[in-house]
Amino acid sequence: MNERHNCKYLLDSLSEYIDGELNQSICDEIDRHLEECDDCRIVVNTLEKTVYLYHKTTPQQEIPVDVKKRLYKKLELEDFLGS
Amino acid sequence: MNKSDGSSAELSLELLRKGDKSEFARMVEAHSGVVYRLALKMLDREQDAEDVLQETFIKAYKALPKFDGRSSLSTWLYRIATNEALMILRKRKGKAVPVSIDEPLDMAQGEMEPLQIVDWCCLPEEELMSAEARQYLNEAVEMLPQSLKVVFLLRDIEGLSTRETADVLDLSETAVKTRLSRARLRLREYLTDYYRDRMADIIPTKGSEQ
Repeated sequence: MNERHNCKYLLDSLSEYIDGELNQSICDEIDRHLEECDDCRIVVNTLEKTVYLYHKTTPQQEIPVDVKKRLYKKLELEDFLGS
Repeated sequence: MNKSDGSSAELSLELLRKGDKSEFARMVEAHSGVVYRLALKMLDREQDAEDVLQETFIKAYKALPKFDGRSSLSTWLYRIATNEALMILRKRKGKAVPVSIDEPLDMAQGEMEPLQIVDWCCLPEEELMSAEARQYLNEAVEMLPQSLKVVFLLRDIEGLSTRETADVLDLSETAVKTRLSRARLRLREYLTDYYRDRMADIIPTKGSEQ
């Protein structure tokens, strides 16, 4: 029917959709569309997976020890290093 | 509350404004990790990230007596850090090419990103998160234009809320949402390029089956 228009309209909302930030009526509309549109379902799934992969694989690495030492020295906070 | 705010919840603004060294050290301890990671991802050079890290806290120390507390301490610090990083990017590019967070998006509103329809979700986790894939994930972020990258880093990597990200970058919440959406869709495209090839390597095509 109006599928092309629907898909395009949907695309701008998908990021908020996967965050669960859309209001219920738009959410329901997207859910209904996804039931009948395989392409959009793939886009939603791969978009969700993309965000998941970044959450999962980005280490919350600490500052390297020497960088931290130089920072504390610069700020004259050596006395508090490692406290 | 986001995860980066956890350890700073009990920081005393009063002591910080008075220049209390011990309290300042606690603030550095609580926030230096995010500042350094953010700068490193934005600038992709360790020396530049270290300069941003030092400069951020030097400026913060000087400005703390006048900090009005309208935004949270973390938001305020990340704003200083982001501005420092942008300054370095501007110097790198030369004055001819301005680098700005609020530069217009290079695509008209409503115009579609290219869209590949390949369902690579079925790939096994060890394939999706292999060392090579992780490397590619990093490179994909590098390819984002700065105006999208910094929003993605704050929201999806550091876990700030839309409101906090908007405060850090002095953007509207709508602009943050639009940029995050563009960044994610673009990353999805980059990852699709990569995982589509991995699927072709792993899953034999009909012609090659027996």
